[in-house]
Amino acid sequence: MTEVVVQDQQRAPVESVPVVSGASITRRYGEGETAVDALRGVSVEMMSGKLTAVMGPSGSGKSTLMHIFAGLDKPTAGDVWISGTAIGELNDTQLTKLRREHIGFIFQFFNLLPMLTAKENIVLPLSIAGEKADPAWLDELTASVGLQDRLTHRPSELSGGQQQRVAIARALVSKPTVMFADEPTGNLDSKTSSEILELLRNSVDNYGQTTVMVTHDAHAAAIADRILFLADGMIVTDLGPSTSHEILEALEGVTVR
Amino acid sequence: MIGVALKGLLGRKLRATLTAFAIVLGVAMISGAFVLTDTLGKSFDGIFDESYKATDAVISSKVAIETADGETEAPAFSTAVLGDVENLPGVRVAQGTIEDEASLVDKDGETIGRTGQGVAMGVEPTDDQSLNPFQLVSGEWPSGDGQIAIDSATAAKEHFEIGQSVGAYGDGPLETYEITGIVRFGSEGSLGGVTVSVFDLAIAQRLFDKEGKFDLISVGAEEGVTEAELVSQIDPLLSETMQVKTAEAQASDDSADTQDGLSIIKYFLLGFGGIALFVGSFVIANTLAITVAQRMRELATLRTLGASRRQVLGSVILESLAVGLVGSLIGLFLGLAIAVGLIALLEAVGIDLPSSELVFSTRTIVVSLGVGTLIALLASLRPAVRATRVEPIAAVREGAVMPASRFARYALPVSATVGVIAIALFSYGVFASGVDVLVRVVVLVAGVLFMFVAVAMIATRVVRPLAYVLGAPGARFGGTAGSLARQNAVRNPARTASTAAAVMIGLALITFVAVIGQGFKTSFTGAVDELFVADYSVSAGNNGELLTNEAAQAAAKAPGVEAVSEMRSGEAKVDGKTVLVTGVDSNLTKVIDITWSSGSDSVPPQLGRDGAFLVKRYADDHSLTVGSPLTVKTPAGKQLQLHVDGVVDPPKGGSPFGEISVSTTTFDGAFANHDNDLTLLNMEGGPSAENTAALEESLTAFPAAVVETREEFKDTRTGEITQSLQILYALLGLSVIVSLFGVINTLVLSVFERTRELGMLRAIGMTRRQVRRMIRHESVVTALIGAALGIAVGMFLAVLTTAALSQYGIVFAVPYGTLVVFVGVAILAGMLAAILPARRASRLNVLEALQYE
Repeated sequence: MTEVVVQDQQRAPVESVPVVSGASITRRYGEGETAVDALRGVSVEMMSGKLTAVMGPSGSGKSTLMHIFAGLDKPTAGDVWISGTAIGELNDTQLTKLRREHIGFIFQFFNLLPMLTAKENIVLPLSIAGEKADPAWLDELTASVGLQDRLTHRPSELSGGQQQRVAIARALVSKPTVMFADEPTGNLDSKTSSEILELLRNSVDNYGQTTVMVTHDAHAAAIADRILFLADGMIVTDLGPSTSHEILEALEGVTVR
Repeated sequence: MIGVALKGLLGRKLRATLTAFAIVLGVAMISGAFVLTDTLGKSFDGIFDESYKATDAVISSKVAIETADGETEAPAFSTAVLGDVENLPGVRVAQGTIEDEASLVDKDGETIGRTGQGVAMGVEPTDDQSLNPFQLVSGEWPSGDGQIAIDSATAAKEHFEIGQSVGAYGDGPLETYEITGIVRFGSEGSLGGVTVSVFDLAIAQRLFDKEGKFDLISVGAEEGVTEAELVSQIDPLLSETMQVKTAEAQASDDSADTQDGLSIIKYFLLGFGGIALFVGSFVIANTLAITVAQRMRELATLRTLGASRRQVLGSVILESLAVGLVGSLIGLFLGLAIAVGLIALLEAVGIDLPSSELVFSTRTIVVSLGVGTLIALLASLRPAVRATRVEPIAAVREGAVMPASRFARYALPVSATVGVIAIALFSYGVFASGVDVLVRVVVLVAGVLFMFVAVAMIATRVVRPLAYVLGAPGARFGGTAGSLARQNAVRNPARTASTAAAVMIGLALITFVAVIGQGFKTSFTGAVDELFVADYSVSAGNNGELLTNEAAQAAAKAPGVEAVSEMRSGEAKVDGKTVLVTGVDSNLTKVIDITWSSGSDSVPPQLGRDGAFLVKRYADDHSLTVGSPLTVKTPAGKQLQLHVDGVVDPPKGGSPFGEISVSTTTFDGAFANHDNDLTLLNMEGGPSAENTAALEESLTAFPAAVVETREEFKDTRTGEITQSLQILYALLGLSVIVSLFGVINTLVLSVFERTRELGMLRAIGMTRRQVRRMIRHESVVTALIGAALGIAVGMFLAVLTTAALSQYGIVFAVPYGTLVVFVGVAILAGMLAAILPARRASRLNVLEALQYE
């Protein structure tokens, strides 16, 4: 199974290889005079076992880049590879299968299914794929996100932070090649945000989980191994690990441009 | 994924319940129709089996021809054959009897039950009664004049005892008899609530004009002789016009008519169940479409988590299947309960069933569950396909909207095409001639269904203007709530349109029925006004029963009567085709104003033994003119050689004449029945209270006789139409109720969707009352759009139908008052549908609603 392969990649954090990459990605919305270029020739590789943050002002194209890398959207021009597969030629079914095997999601608004319990939400990707969760892995996972005693609760009975923990566990449960987090702290208070960020960092450190996080928040970006800054649909800055102060400065530089 | 779909359903119990109701009522109707007719059928079979329990073979006359109404009775036959039968070696006992109809009269002089529903029997009191289906409970068999035996149920109900006297009448006038015996039918005691009168054979023969004749000979075999052997022994003794059947065969023949009648009722009810389910399918499809739109983020999330389109499709279909199955199950048992209730009601009004053992067959279960689930499945297809069109990216996009259906841009041409096909099919159905009835019905039904689908599709485009007009009163007088309601109704025109479309179907059919019914009434009263120049009619009322000709003779003796004209009729065949033959007498033209195409008022008195006049349509269709010969075969086995003396052109809406009219003399010689449909009279001084009293006085011996003036005659007959209309309204009302669940559903879902907005409105000062009013107005506007569309469609179908039926005199007449009532009912229905959603909306917690995501 692919599962095994994924696991092997994750358990070999020594050598970082590109797992998602794009070459000259252009994404144009609309046609003619009113056309908007959200991305204008972006080439970038997301490395395995690393946490990459994508930052930029509103309209910079950071969300579009994430959507394309996650196989939710397709570029107008340019090529995208996810785990070695060029997604340009895939039809919907193949793309769905690719997402199922290689991609995990964390959303700003959690996107939990209200009628399912926390545990059912966590194992949802597996049950969709018709697979069973490994009980040991599930125990480890729920313990690591701190939800052991909340598993039978429904989303409406959980706090925002708890809901996002469920979402993180859900994203990790299938051990995806890459996990995308879309403003994961955007809907949380600062204390809860720190906890969630710690969880994300831990999943990278402990499981070698490749993670791409889109965020506005400099504190969030400060946990990343690499920070990409987008402006007007292009990557303008590419930083290594930085403090939030450095990030804010870089961001200011981007915005002023 | 299956778990997700089912959990999703449980998470939305209210919606699931309301949606299930879309199925419940239709399925209940189907299962109820099956259970009711099966149970009645079995019950009646029981009666017929019981009738011949001890009998092995039955001898009767053949009905010479089978006519459509199936009511034609076989003529009685000579008693001579009985002796020969009794002498056969295989025969243990044979009993000849008279079987006819007679009514009993209660102690207040009123007929018990309905005229014509009582059983009469003539038996020889000295006979071996072992074959008699009636057994003596107490007393003795009646012997000679003035004696009668009645059934124990009637005796108990009306407090009759042996030795008391009771009034009874059959073909003749009311006479008083002494009760000598109480009888019981088989082991049950009751014959489905009908009264039983047993007379001495000779008395019955005289009473029913069957001197020297039997209606039936029941034969019992010797020990060891089989029914078949007995039949083959008897057969050679019988003449051409007679027949012998095994008791079993006779019982199943006897029950065939009843079973046919029941199966008509069954298909009729099933039809209305089908309509309710069709409406239900609209409700389900619409509800699913709304929830799919509302659950877009959820569906998109599932897709990002790796759910394939097929899985999304499956989850929506599965959800609908579950709702369909649960709804069908509830409907199945609700139908059973309704059937039980109806049977109890029948018994309450005195129609006791000999066996009320409920028949709940496998077929009922399979069909009810199958149809209900199938409808739910079909209704879910379109929303399910749309659900697969939700892109995974909608999970992360704020305010993503449902992608337009791939077919959206073809909607107009497609709906126009469907509409044209619908009109073509319907027109073919009503206008085409010489089409098989089944084909015609299928084509008509298909046409109407297509019509509804087409209008439902086009409705999206007319919702705005309709809501503007129909919502105007609310907007004008309802304040902000009223005008917001009108705007809310058009926020999602497709949603409002399909909700209204469900309401439309019921109202279209009701309108159609009302307009056609009005057409019948108008043309009938027109015809009566034109034809009926008599002062009075005497008949058995509007129940379709006949009145003995002795009543006409009695009425003729009333003081002041100037002219009496009797009319009777019977079905017969010409060249194998069924025609209605009317018997008329020489006074006809004094009471009916006839328009002659050929001939004149001098024709009826001169018809003689072989003269006939025809109605114009029949004469034209068969190229018959004055002088043409005509051969008519009657059920009594007579062949009439007639010649055409005249052609009449009666108004199409209500002619008293069959295709062929002959003199009463000719008629009586050829038909077993000599009773009248109608007797018309002229009296000195015209209709007056004195004359009415005089006529009624002369008819006291005939409790079944009803004396009516022209206006009363019109009223009672059109009252019959009104009554049938009301039954149809009630049955169609069911589909309107189903559509109300659709309105409730849509409103509940809209309220849910607008939670934040409602919170905002409440925050800036809208009162709970105003919120409720806003929802109520929206509901009424939706219901009114449905009513407007329905009335328009119903009128359109009625115009086509009346155009096709114009050759039968049906005119297009709009019952304005009734339509106004329908609109009122629609408003009321809208208000009812709004109760639950309005309450939910007004009870929202403002703070929570504002934070609602």
